[in-house]
Amino acid sequence: MSVLIISEHNNKELKPFTLNAITAASKVDEDVHVLVLGSNSDSVAKSVSEIPNVKKVIHINNPVYENYLAENYTSAIIKLSEDYSHIMCSANTFGKNLMPRVAALLDVSQVSDITKVISDDTFLRPIYAGNAFATVKSSDKVKCVTIRPTSFDPAPTSGGSAEIQLGEAGDSTELSKFLKKEEIKSDRPELGTARVVISGGRGMQSGENFKLITAVADKLNAAIGASRAAVDAGYITNDHQVGQTGKVVVPDLYIAVGISGAIQHLAGMKESKVIVAINKDGEAPIFSVADYGLEADLFDALPKFLEELNKLNTIQK
Amino acid sequence: MKILVAVKRVIDYNVQIRVKEDGTGVVTDNVKMSTNPPDDNAIEEAVKIKESGKANEVVAVSVGEEKAQETVRKALAVGADRGILVKTDSIVEPLAVSKILKKIVEKEKPDLVFMGKQAIDDDCNQTGQMLAALLNWPQATFASKIEVKDKSLEVTREVDEGLETLEVNIPAIVTCDLRLNEPRYASLPNIMKAKKKPIEQLSASDLGVDTKPRIEQIKVEEPPKRKAGIKVASVEELVQKLKNDAKVI
Repeated sequence: MSVLIISEHNNKELKPFTLNAITAASKVDEDVHVLVLGSNSDSVAKSVSEIPNVKKVIHINNPVYENYLAENYTSAIIKLSEDYSHIMCSANTFGKNLMPRVAALLDVSQVSDITKVISDDTFLRPIYAGNAFATVKSSDKVKCVTIRPTSFDPAPTSGGSAEIQLGEAGDSTELSKFLKKEEIKSDRPELGTARVVISGGRGMQSGENFKLITAVADKLNAAIGASRAAVDAGYITNDHQVGQTGKVVVPDLYIAVGISGAIQHLAGMKESKVIVAINKDGEAPIFSVADYGLEADLFDALPKFLEELNKLNTIQK
Repeated sequence: MKILVAVKRVIDYNVQIRVKEDGTGVVTDNVKMSTNPPDDNAIEEAVKIKESGKANEVVAVSVGEEKAQETVRKALAVGADRGILVKTDSIVEPLAVSKILKKIVEKEKPDLVFMGKQAIDDDCNQTGQMLAALLNWPQATFASKIEVKDKSLEVTREVDEGLETLEVNIPAIVTCDLRLNEPRYASLPNIMKAKKKPIEQLSASDLGVDTKPRIEQIKVEEPPKRKAGIKVASVEELVQKLKNDAKVI
Protein backbone atom coordinates (compact mmCIF):
# COMPACT_ATOMS: atom_id res chain seq x y z
CA MET A 1 0.00 0.00 0.00
CA SER A 2 0.99 3.62 -0.30
CA VAL A 3 1.17 6.78 1.77
CA LEU A 4 -0.78 9.87 0.82
CA ILE A 5 0.72 13.17 1.97
CA ILE A 6 -1.50 16.23 2.02
CA SER A 7 0.62 19.17 0.92
CA GLU A 8 0.41 22.68 2.32
CA HIS A 9 1.08 25.55 -0.07
CA ASN A 10 -0.10 29.01 -1.11
CA ASN A 11 -0.84 28.05 -4.77
CA LYS A 12 2.62 29.27 -5.75
CA GLU A 13 5.04 27.59 -3.41
CA LEU A 14 5.09 24.50 -1.26
CA LYS A 15 5.27 25.25 2.47
CA PRO A 16 8.46 23.78 3.96
CA PHE A 17 6.82 21.50 6.57
CA THR A 18 5.41 19.33 3.78
CA LEU A 19 9.03 18.31 3.11
CA ASN A 20 9.39 17.07 6.68
CA ALA A 21 6.15 15.12 6.33
CA ILE A 22 7.47 13.50 3.14
CA THR A 23 10.57 12.32 5.03
CA ALA A 24 8.37 10.82 7.75
CA ALA A 25 6.21 9.14 5.10
CA SER A 26 9.29 7.62 3.45
CA LYS A 27 10.03 5.85 6.73
CA VAL A 28 6.61 4.19 6.59
CA ASP A 29 6.58 3.11 2.95
CA GLU A 30 8.59 3.93 -0.16
CA ASP A 31 5.51 4.57 -2.27
CA VAL A 32 4.83 8.17 -1.28
CA HIS A 33 2.15 10.11 -3.16
CA VAL A 34 1.49 13.79 -2.57
CA LEU A 35 -1.88 15.46 -3.01
CA VAL A 36 -1.85 19.07 -4.19
CA LEU A 37 -5.26 20.70 -3.82
CA GLY A 38 -5.11 24.20 -5.23
CA SER A 39 -6.17 26.78 -7.73
CA ASN A 40 -3.71 27.93 -10.42
CA SER A 41 -1.26 25.77 -8.56
CA ASP A 42 0.73 24.17 -11.40
CA SER A 43 4.01 25.48 -10.03
CA VAL A 44 3.36 23.70 -6.73
CA ALA A 45 2.58 20.38 -8.44
CA LYS A 46 5.72 20.74 -10.54
CA SER A 47 7.98 21.46 -7.58
CA VAL A 48 6.52 18.48 -5.67
CA SER A 49 7.18 16.21 -8.68
CA GLU A 50 10.88 17.11 -8.42
CA ILE A 51 11.19 15.78 -4.85
CA PRO A 52 13.08 12.49 -5.22
CA ASN A 53 11.14 10.67 -2.45
CA VAL A 54 7.82 11.33 -4.17
CA LYS A 55 6.53 8.60 -6.53
CA LYS A 56 3.37 10.31 -7.71
CA VAL A 57 1.72 13.73 -7.48
CA ILE A 58 -2.06 13.97 -7.54
CA HIS A 59 -2.95 17.46 -8.62
CA ILE A 60 -6.49 18.74 -8.25
CA ASN A 61 -6.68 22.23 -9.65
CA ASN A 62 -10.01 23.92 -8.99
CA PRO A 63 -11.12 27.40 -7.86
CA VAL A 64 -12.74 25.70 -4.84
CA TYR A 65 -9.24 25.27 -3.42
CA GLU A 66 -8.07 28.84 -3.82
CA ASN A 67 -8.24 29.17 -0.05
CA TYR A 68 -7.72 26.30 2.31
CA LEU A 69 -10.87 25.14 4.08
CA ALA A 70 -10.77 21.85 6.00
CA GLU A 71 -14.31 21.02 4.82
CA ASN A 72 -13.35 21.22 1.12
CA TYR A 73 -10.02 19.48 1.52
CA THR A 74 -11.62 16.62 3.44
CA SER A 75 -14.14 15.63 0.78
CA ALA A 76 -11.39 15.42 -1.85
CA ILE A 77 -9.14 13.36 0.42
CA ILE A 78 -11.93 10.93 1.36
CA LYS A 79 -12.51 10.21 -2.34
CA LEU A 80 -8.88 9.15 -2.73
CA SER A 81 -8.48 7.38 0.61
CA GLU A 82 -9.31 3.84 -0.55
CA ASP A 83 -5.99 3.47 -2.30
CA TYR A 84 -3.89 4.29 0.75
CA SER A 85 -2.73 2.59 3.93
CA HIS A 86 -1.61 5.88 5.47
CA ILE A 87 -2.70 9.50 5.18
CA MET A 88 -0.18 11.92 6.64
CA CYS A 89 0.55 15.63 6.98
CA SER A 90 2.38 18.03 9.22
CA ALA A 91 1.11 18.77 12.74
CA ASN A 92 1.10 22.54 12.35
CA THR A 93 -2.11 24.60 12.32
CA PHE A 94 -2.76 23.37 8.75
CA GLY A 95 -2.64 19.65 9.55
CA LYS A 96 -4.10 19.90 13.04
CA ASN A 97 -7.17 21.54 11.56
CA LEU A 98 -7.52 19.05 8.71
CA MET A 99 -6.56 15.52 9.69
CA PRO A 100 -9.12 14.83 12.46
CA ARG A 101 -11.92 15.76 10.06
CA VAL A 102 -10.58 13.18 7.60
CA ALA A 103 -9.98 10.54 10.28
CA ALA A 104 -13.47 10.82 11.78
CA LEU A 105 -15.14 10.28 8.40
CA LEU A 106 -12.97 7.21 7.85
CA ASP A 107 -13.80 6.03 11.39
CA VAL A 108 -10.12 6.11 12.26
CA SER A 109 -8.51 7.02 15.57
CA GLN A 110 -5.82 9.52 14.56
CA VAL A 111 -2.23 9.46 15.80
CA SER A 112 -1.23 13.10 16.37
CA ASP A 113 2.12 14.84 16.29
CA ILE A 114 4.50 11.89 16.01
CA THR A 115 8.23 12.42 16.54
CA LYS A 116 9.38 9.00 15.31
CA VAL A 117 8.20 6.22 13.01
CA ILE A 118 8.92 2.92 14.77
CA SER A 119 7.13 0.72 12.22
CA ASP A 120 4.27 1.17 9.79
CA ASP A 121 1.74 0.98 12.64
CA THR A 122 3.78 2.07 15.67
CA PHE A 123 4.87 5.60 16.45
CA LEU A 124 6.42 7.71 19.18
CA ARG A 125 4.62 10.86 20.27
CA PRO A 126 4.99 13.41 23.06
CA ILE A 127 2.19 13.80 25.61
CA TYR A 128 1.77 16.22 28.53
CA ALA A 129 3.64 19.00 26.71
CA GLY A 130 6.59 16.72 26.03
CA ASN A 131 7.00 15.72 29.69
CA ALA A 132 6.36 12.11 28.66
CA PHE A 133 6.62 10.13 25.43
CA ALA A 134 4.15 7.44 24.45
CA THR A 135 4.81 4.58 22.06
CA VAL A 136 1.48 3.87 20.39
CA LYS A 137 0.27 1.22 17.96
CA SER A 138 -2.69 1.87 15.70
CA SER A 139 -5.05 -1.00 14.88
CA ASP A 140 -7.08 0.91 12.29
CA LYS A 141 -6.96 -0.27 8.69
CA VAL A 142 -6.00 3.18 7.47
CA LYS A 143 -3.60 5.20 9.60
CA CYS A 144 -4.21 8.93 9.85
CA VAL A 145 -1.03 10.45 11.21
CA THR A 146 0.25 13.98 11.74
CA ILE A 147 3.98 14.48 12.17
CA ARG A 148 5.92 16.99 14.23
CA PRO A 149 7.88 18.80 11.51
CA THR A 150 10.92 19.60 13.62
CA SER A 151 11.47 15.90 14.36
CA PHE A 152 12.09 14.95 10.72
CA ASP A 153 14.60 16.40 8.27
CA PRO A 154 13.16 18.11 5.19
CA ALA A 155 13.23 15.92 2.07
CA PRO A 156 15.57 17.03 -0.72
CA THR A 157 13.77 19.16 -3.31
CA SER A 158 15.44 18.33 -6.61
CA GLY A 159 16.44 15.41 -8.75
CA GLY A 160 13.08 13.63 -8.92
CA SER A 161 10.60 13.42 -11.76
CA ALA A 162 7.38 11.94 -10.41
CA GLU A 163 4.32 11.55 -12.59
CA ILE A 164 1.68 14.28 -12.12
CA GLN A 165 -1.80 12.80 -12.25
CA LEU A 166 -4.74 15.17 -12.49
CA GLY A 167 -7.67 14.48 -10.17
CA GLU A 168 -11.28 15.51 -9.74
CA ALA A 169 -12.44 17.97 -7.11
CA GLY A 170 -14.57 16.77 -4.21
CA ASP A 171 -17.81 18.35 -3.02
CA SER A 172 -17.49 21.97 -2.01
CA THR A 173 -19.02 23.30 1.18
CA GLU A 174 -21.59 26.06 1.50
CA LEU A 175 -21.28 26.02 5.26
CA SER A 176 -18.01 27.79 5.63
CA LYS A 177 -16.37 30.71 3.87
CA PHE A 178 -12.86 32.10 3.88
CA LEU A 179 -12.90 35.86 4.54
CA LYS A 180 -9.29 36.96 4.99
CA LYS A 181 -5.83 36.12 6.19
CA GLU A 182 -3.56 38.63 7.88
CA GLU A 183 -0.09 37.30 7.20
CA ILE A 184 2.82 38.90 8.89
CA LYS A 185 5.62 39.22 6.37
CA SER A 186 9.20 39.15 7.50
CA ASP A 187 12.64 39.02 5.92
CA ARG A 188 13.87 36.91 8.79
CA PRO A 189 14.20 33.13 8.74
CA GLU A 190 10.97 31.33 9.63
CA LEU A 191 10.58 30.57 13.30
CA GLY A 192 9.91 26.88 12.68
CA THR A 193 13.03 26.29 10.62
CA ALA A 194 15.55 28.93 11.75
CA ARG A 195 19.06 27.85 12.83
CA VAL A 196 19.02 30.41 15.65
CA VAL A 197 16.01 31.64 17.62
CA ILE A 198 16.03 34.44 20.18
CA SER A 199 12.88 34.80 22.27
CA GLY A 200 11.64 37.39 24.71
CA GLY A 201 9.27 36.96 27.62
CA ARG A 202 7.40 39.05 30.11
CA GLY A 203 10.76 40.36 31.35
CA MET A 204 10.97 42.49 28.21
CA GLN A 205 8.36 44.75 29.85
CA SER A 206 7.15 46.30 26.57
CA GLY A 207 6.87 45.78 22.84
CA GLU A 208 9.25 48.70 22.35
CA ASN A 209 11.97 46.83 24.27
CA PHE A 210 11.84 44.00 21.75
CA LYS A 211 14.15 46.18 19.63
CA LEU A 212 16.96 44.86 21.86
CA ILE A 213 16.02 41.35 20.73
CA THR A 214 15.70 42.47 17.11
CA ALA A 215 19.21 43.92 17.08
CA VAL A 216 20.72 40.62 18.24
CA ALA A 217 18.49 38.67 15.85
CA ASP A 218 19.77 40.79 12.95
CA LYS A 219 23.34 40.04 13.93
CA LEU A 220 22.79 36.27 14.25
CA ASN A 221 20.33 35.97 11.35
CA ALA A 222 17.90 34.58 13.91
CA ALA A 223 14.13 34.21 14.03
CA ILE A 224 12.33 36.01 16.85
CA GLY A 225 10.23 34.04 19.29
CA ALA A 226 8.21 34.91 22.38
CA SER A 227 6.61 33.33 25.40
CA ARG A 228 2.85 33.24 25.71
CA ALA A 229 3.09 35.86 28.46
CA ALA A 230 4.77 38.29 26.06
CA VAL A 231 2.15 37.65 23.36
CA ASP A 232 -0.74 37.97 25.82
CA ALA A 233 0.72 41.23 27.11
CA GLY A 234 0.63 42.54 23.53
CA TYR A 235 4.42 42.99 23.18
CA ILE A 236 4.50 40.95 19.97
CA THR A 237 2.11 39.16 17.58
CA ASN A 238 0.89 35.59 18.10
CA ASP A 239 2.83 34.13 15.16
CA HIS A 240 5.97 34.42 17.32
CA GLN A 241 4.68 32.26 20.17
CA VAL A 242 6.81 29.26 21.12
CA GLY A 243 5.30 26.59 23.36
CA GLN A 244 2.81 23.77 23.86
CA THR A 245 0.05 25.65 22.09
CA GLY A 246 2.31 27.81 19.91
CA LYS A 247 5.15 26.65 17.71
CA VAL A 248 7.65 23.94 18.51
CA VAL A 249 11.18 24.91 17.53
CA VAL A 250 14.40 22.90 17.50
CA PRO A 251 17.13 25.36 16.44
CA ASP A 252 20.88 24.84 16.90
CA LEU A 253 20.81 27.79 19.29
CA TYR A 254 17.86 29.04 21.35
CA ILE A 255 18.31 32.18 23.43
CA ALA A 256 15.58 32.79 26.04
CA VAL A 257 15.58 36.33 27.35
CA GLY A 258 13.44 37.37 30.30
CA ILE A 259 11.49 34.11 30.08
CA SER A 260 10.87 32.30 33.36
CA GLY A 261 10.35 28.91 31.70
CA ALA A 262 6.78 27.76 32.35
CA ILE A 263 6.16 24.10 31.44
CA GLN A 264 4.15 25.28 28.43
CA HIS A 265 7.05 27.30 27.06
CA LEU A 266 9.64 24.57 27.68
CA ALA A 267 7.46 22.21 25.64
CA GLY A 268 8.13 24.33 22.59
CA MET A 269 11.90 24.70 22.82
CA LYS A 270 13.60 22.23 25.12
CA GLU A 271 14.73 19.95 22.29
CA SER A 272 16.90 22.79 20.93
CA LYS A 273 20.54 21.76 20.56
CA VAL A 274 22.03 24.58 22.66
CA ILE A 275 19.93 26.68 25.02
CA VAL A 276 20.97 29.99 26.54
CA ALA A 277 18.93 31.65 29.28
CA ILE A 278 19.31 35.26 30.32
CA ASN A 279 17.23 36.09 33.37
CA LYS A 280 17.76 38.14 36.49
CA ASP A 281 15.96 35.58 38.66
CA GLY A 282 18.54 32.87 39.34
CA GLU A 283 15.80 30.49 40.47
CA ALA A 284 13.82 30.71 37.22
CA PRO A 285 12.95 27.24 35.85
CA ILE A 286 14.39 28.17 32.45
CA PHE A 287 17.87 27.64 33.95
CA SER A 288 17.05 23.95 34.49
CA VAL A 289 17.06 23.35 30.71
CA ALA A 290 19.77 25.90 29.79
CA ASP A 291 23.22 24.80 28.67
CA TYR A 292 24.47 28.29 29.45
CA GLY A 293 22.70 30.40 32.02
CA LEU A 294 23.44 34.05 32.61
CA GLU A 295 21.90 35.57 35.70
CA ALA A 296 21.73 39.21 34.71
CA ASP A 297 19.45 42.14 33.97
CA LEU A 298 18.54 41.72 30.32
CA PHE A 299 18.63 45.48 29.75
CA ASP A 300 22.38 45.42 30.53
CA ALA A 301 23.08 42.00 29.07
CA LEU A 302 21.48 42.34 25.63
CA PRO A 303 23.39 45.49 24.52
CA LYS A 304 26.60 43.95 25.87
CA PHE A 305 25.83 40.70 24.05
CA LEU A 306 25.47 42.60 20.79
CA GLU A 307 28.71 44.46 21.48
CA GLU A 308 30.59 41.19 22.04
CA LEU A 309 29.08 39.68 18.89
CA ASN A 310 30.24 42.73 16.95
CA LYS A 311 33.80 42.03 18.11
CA LEU A 312 33.81 38.57 16.53
CA ASN A 313 35.55 38.25 13.17
CA THR A 314 33.03 35.81 11.79
CA ILE A 315 29.52 34.73 12.69
CA GLN A 316 27.87 31.60 11.30
CA LYS A 317 24.85 32.28 9.12
CA MET B 1 -29.78 30.05 20.85
CA LYS B 2 -28.30 27.21 22.82
CA ILE B 3 -24.58 26.58 23.30
CA LEU B 4 -23.12 23.25 24.32
CA VAL B 5 -19.63 23.41 25.81
CA ALA B 6 -17.44 20.33 26.22
CA VAL B 7 -15.02 20.35 29.15
CA LYS B 8 -12.33 17.84 30.11
CA ARG B 9 -10.80 17.04 33.48
CA VAL B 10 -7.02 16.90 33.21
CA ILE B 11 -3.95 17.08 35.43
CA ASP B 12 -3.51 20.72 36.45
CA TYR B 13 -1.22 22.62 34.10
CA ASN B 14 1.15 23.57 36.91
CA VAL B 15 1.80 20.01 38.03
CA GLN B 16 5.16 18.50 37.12
CA ILE B 17 4.26 15.23 35.40
CA ARG B 18 5.77 11.98 36.71
CA VAL B 19 5.92 8.87 34.55
CA LYS B 20 4.94 5.62 36.29
CA GLU B 21 7.87 3.28 36.85
CA ASP B 22 6.17 0.41 35.05
CA GLY B 23 5.77 2.53 31.91
CA THR B 24 1.98 2.24 31.80
CA GLY B 25 1.25 5.95 31.99
CA VAL B 26 1.73 8.95 34.23
CA VAL B 27 1.00 9.22 37.94
CA THR B 28 -2.51 10.58 38.54
CA ASP B 29 -3.13 9.46 42.15
CA ASN B 30 -3.13 12.39 44.59
CA VAL B 31 -2.36 14.80 41.78
CA LYS B 32 -4.25 18.09 41.46
CA MET B 33 -6.81 17.96 38.65
CA SER B 34 -8.40 20.95 36.89
CA THR B 35 -10.41 21.90 33.86
CA ASN B 36 -8.37 21.72 30.65
CA PRO B 37 -7.28 25.40 30.31
CA PRO B 38 -8.72 26.26 26.86
CA ASP B 39 -12.01 24.63 27.91
CA ASP B 40 -12.25 27.42 30.50
CA ASN B 41 -12.04 29.88 27.59
CA ALA B 42 -14.81 27.95 25.82
CA ILE B 43 -17.13 28.21 28.83
CA GLU B 44 -16.27 31.87 29.31
CA GLU B 45 -17.11 32.69 25.70
CA ALA B 46 -20.43 30.85 25.85
CA VAL B 47 -21.39 32.63 29.06
CA LYS B 48 -20.40 36.00 27.57
CA ILE B 49 -22.57 35.35 24.52
CA LYS B 50 -25.46 34.46 26.82
CA GLU B 51 -24.88 37.63 28.86
CA SER B 52 -24.98 39.68 25.65
CA GLY B 53 -28.47 38.33 25.04
CA LYS B 54 -27.56 36.31 21.97
CA ALA B 55 -27.95 32.92 23.65
CA ASN B 56 -30.41 31.72 26.22
CA GLU B 57 -28.88 28.52 27.49
CA VAL B 58 -25.38 27.17 28.10
CA VAL B 59 -25.01 23.45 28.74
CA ALA B 60 -21.70 21.98 29.94
CA VAL B 61 -20.84 18.38 29.09
CA SER B 62 -17.93 16.23 30.15
CA VAL B 63 -16.93 12.70 29.21
CA GLY B 64 -14.91 10.87 31.82
CA GLU B 65 -14.85 9.20 35.19
CA GLU B 66 -17.23 10.03 38.04
CA LYS B 67 -14.93 12.76 39.32
CA ALA B 68 -15.29 14.70 36.08
CA GLN B 69 -18.49 15.89 37.76
CA GLU B 70 -16.27 18.45 39.54
CA THR B 71 -15.27 19.85 36.17
CA VAL B 72 -18.90 20.16 35.09
CA ARG B 73 -19.72 21.75 38.47
CA LYS B 74 -16.99 24.32 37.94
CA ALA B 75 -18.52 25.24 34.56
CA LEU B 76 -21.88 25.67 36.32
CA ALA B 77 -20.23 27.95 38.87
CA VAL B 78 -19.03 30.34 36.17
CA GLY B 79 -22.36 30.55 34.41
CA ALA B 80 -23.41 27.38 32.61
CA ASP B 81 -27.08 26.59 33.27
CA ARG B 82 -26.94 22.83 33.55
CA GLY B 83 -24.57 19.95 33.10
CA ILE B 84 -24.26 16.50 31.56
CA LEU B 85 -21.71 13.89 32.59
CA VAL B 86 -21.13 10.91 30.34
CA LYS B 87 -19.37 8.34 32.49
CA THR B 88 -16.65 6.09 31.16
CA ASP B 89 -14.18 3.98 33.10
CA SER B 90 -11.20 3.76 30.82
CA ILE B 91 -9.28 6.22 28.67
CA VAL B 92 -11.53 7.33 25.83
CA GLU B 93 -9.91 8.33 22.55
CA PRO B 94 -10.98 11.56 20.83
CA LEU B 95 -12.82 9.56 18.14
CA ALA B 96 -15.03 7.92 20.77
CA VAL B 97 -15.49 11.23 22.63
CA SER B 98 -16.66 12.85 19.41
CA LYS B 99 -19.14 10.00 18.84
CA ILE B 100 -20.47 10.48 22.37
CA LEU B 101 -20.74 14.24 21.83
CA LYS B 102 -22.57 13.63 18.57
CA LYS B 103 -25.23 11.69 20.51
CA ILE B 104 -25.48 14.54 23.01
CA VAL B 105 -25.84 17.06 20.17
CA GLU B 106 -28.64 14.99 18.61
CA LYS B 107 -30.40 14.96 21.97
CA GLU B 108 -29.81 18.57 23.01
CA LYS B 109 -29.93 20.19 19.55
CA PRO B 110 -27.58 23.09 20.35
CA ASP B 111 -26.84 25.78 17.76
CA LEU B 112 -23.17 25.97 18.67
CA VAL B 113 -20.67 23.63 20.27
CA PHE B 114 -17.57 25.14 21.89
CA MET B 115 -14.56 23.38 23.39
CA GLY B 116 -10.85 23.97 23.95
CA LYS B 117 -8.63 23.50 20.93
CA GLN B 118 -6.51 20.86 22.61
CA ALA B 119 -6.39 18.91 25.86
CA ILE B 120 -3.12 19.38 27.66
CA ASP B 121 -2.90 15.73 28.74
CA ASP B 122 -2.88 13.72 25.50
CA ASP B 123 -2.20 16.84 23.33
CA CYS B 124 -4.26 15.24 20.53
CA ASN B 125 -6.10 18.31 19.19
CA GLN B 126 -8.78 16.21 17.46
CA THR B 127 -12.17 16.14 19.18
CA GLY B 128 -13.74 19.35 17.84
CA GLN B 129 -12.75 18.67 14.25
CA MET B 130 -13.96 15.06 14.51
CA LEU B 131 -17.31 16.13 15.94
CA ALA B 132 -17.70 18.66 13.14
CA ALA B 133 -17.02 15.91 10.59
CA LEU B 134 -19.48 13.46 12.14
CA LEU B 135 -22.23 16.10 12.26
CA ASN B 136 -21.27 17.55 8.86
CA TRP B 137 -21.06 20.97 10.50
CA PRO B 138 -18.52 23.66 9.65
CA GLN B 139 -15.55 24.02 11.98
CA ALA B 140 -13.60 27.02 13.17
CA THR B 141 -10.56 25.86 15.09
CA PHE B 142 -8.08 27.80 17.29
CA ALA B 143 -10.47 30.75 17.66
CA SER B 144 -9.16 33.95 19.21
CA LYS B 145 -12.22 36.07 18.38
CA ILE B 146 -15.86 35.14 17.81
CA GLU B 147 -18.51 37.50 16.46
CA VAL B 148 -22.07 36.22 16.49
CA LYS B 149 -24.01 37.30 13.39
CA ASP B 150 -27.56 36.54 12.44
CA LYS B 151 -27.16 33.06 11.01
CA SER B 152 -23.40 32.71 11.15
CA LEU B 153 -20.27 33.34 13.16
CA GLU B 154 -17.27 35.34 12.10
CA VAL B 155 -14.29 33.66 13.69
CA THR B 156 -10.68 34.82 13.79
CA ARG B 157 -8.32 31.88 13.99
CA GLU B 158 -4.74 31.72 15.21
CA VAL B 159 -2.72 30.13 12.40
CA ASP B 160 1.02 29.71 11.82
CA GLU B 161 1.33 32.72 9.54
CA GLY B 162 -0.78 35.07 11.67
CA LEU B 163 -4.56 35.38 11.75
CA GLU B 164 -7.26 34.02 9.49
CA THR B 165 -10.95 34.93 9.49
CA LEU B 166 -13.71 32.54 8.48
CA GLU B 167 -17.46 32.86 8.30
CA VAL B 168 -19.19 29.66 9.40
CA ASN B 169 -22.91 29.01 9.23
CA ILE B 170 -24.76 28.12 12.41
CA PRO B 171 -24.83 25.32 13.59
CA ALA B 172 -21.06 25.21 13.97
CA ILE B 173 -18.23 23.86 16.08
CA VAL B 174 -15.65 26.25 17.47
CA THR B 175 -12.46 25.19 19.22
CA CYS B 176 -11.05 27.90 21.44
CA ASP B 177 -7.56 29.29 21.82
CA LEU B 178 -6.26 30.58 25.16
CA ARG B 179 -6.24 34.07 23.70
CA LEU B 180 -10.00 34.16 23.10
CA ASN B 181 -10.81 35.74 26.46
CA GLU B 182 -9.88 35.93 30.14
CA PRO B 183 -11.85 33.25 32.03
CA ARG B 184 -13.53 34.57 35.16
CA TYR B 185 -13.21 33.09 38.61
CA ALA B 186 -16.26 31.61 40.27
CA SER B 187 -17.53 33.69 43.19
CA LEU B 188 -18.47 31.93 46.41
CA PRO B 189 -22.22 32.63 46.02
CA ASN B 190 -22.07 31.26 42.49
CA ILE B 191 -20.22 28.15 43.66
CA MET B 192 -23.04 27.62 46.20
CA LYS B 193 -25.69 28.21 43.54
CA ALA B 194 -23.95 25.78 41.17
CA LYS B 195 -24.47 23.01 43.70
CA LYS B 196 -28.19 23.24 43.04
CA LYS B 197 -27.92 23.22 39.26
CA PRO B 198 -28.80 19.86 37.69
CA ILE B 199 -26.21 17.47 36.25
CA GLU B 200 -27.65 14.65 34.18
CA GLN B 201 -25.62 11.45 34.38
CA LEU B 202 -25.35 9.07 31.46
CA SER B 203 -22.96 6.36 30.40
CA ALA B 204 -21.31 5.77 27.04
CA SER B 205 -23.16 2.45 26.76
CA ASP B 206 -26.52 4.20 27.41
CA LEU B 207 -25.74 6.21 24.31
CA GLY B 208 -24.74 3.10 22.35
CA VAL B 209 -21.21 4.28 21.64
CA ASP B 210 -18.37 1.77 21.42
CA THR B 211 -15.42 3.30 23.28
CA LYS B 212 -12.98 0.44 22.76
CA PRO B 213 -9.56 1.97 22.04
CA ARG B 214 -8.17 1.64 18.52
CA ILE B 215 -4.72 2.73 19.62
CA GLU B 216 -2.69 0.57 21.95
CA GLN B 217 -0.40 2.47 24.28
CA ILE B 218 2.64 0.22 24.38
CA LYS B 219 4.67 2.24 26.84
CA VAL B 220 5.11 5.67 28.32
CA GLU B 221 8.57 6.91 29.17
CA GLU B 222 10.36 9.98 30.43
CA PRO B 223 11.75 12.35 27.83
CA PRO B 224 15.52 12.14 27.36
CA LYS B 225 17.17 14.20 30.07
CA ARG B 226 19.24 17.22 29.11
CA LYS B 227 22.68 17.17 30.61
CA ALA B 228 23.13 19.79 33.28
CA GLY B 229 24.23 23.16 31.99
CA ILE B 230 26.48 25.76 33.57
CA LYS B 231 26.04 29.30 34.77
CA VAL B 232 28.31 31.82 33.14
CA ALA B 233 29.54 34.86 35.02
CA SER B 234 29.48 37.43 32.22
CA VAL B 235 28.33 38.18 28.70
CA GLU B 236 31.95 37.89 27.53
CA GLU B 237 32.16 34.36 28.90
CA LEU B 238 28.81 33.47 27.30
CA VAL B 239 29.91 34.60 23.84
CA GLN B 240 33.26 32.83 24.21
CA LYS B 241 31.49 29.56 25.20
CA LEU B 242 29.02 29.81 22.32
CA LYS B 243 31.83 30.48 19.87
CA ASN B 244 34.50 28.03 21.06
CA ASP B 245 32.76 25.26 23.04
CA ALA B 246 29.27 24.96 21.56
CA LYS B 247 30.42 26.31 18.16
CA VAL B 248 26.97 27.65 17.33
CA ILE B 249 27.81 31.26 16.45
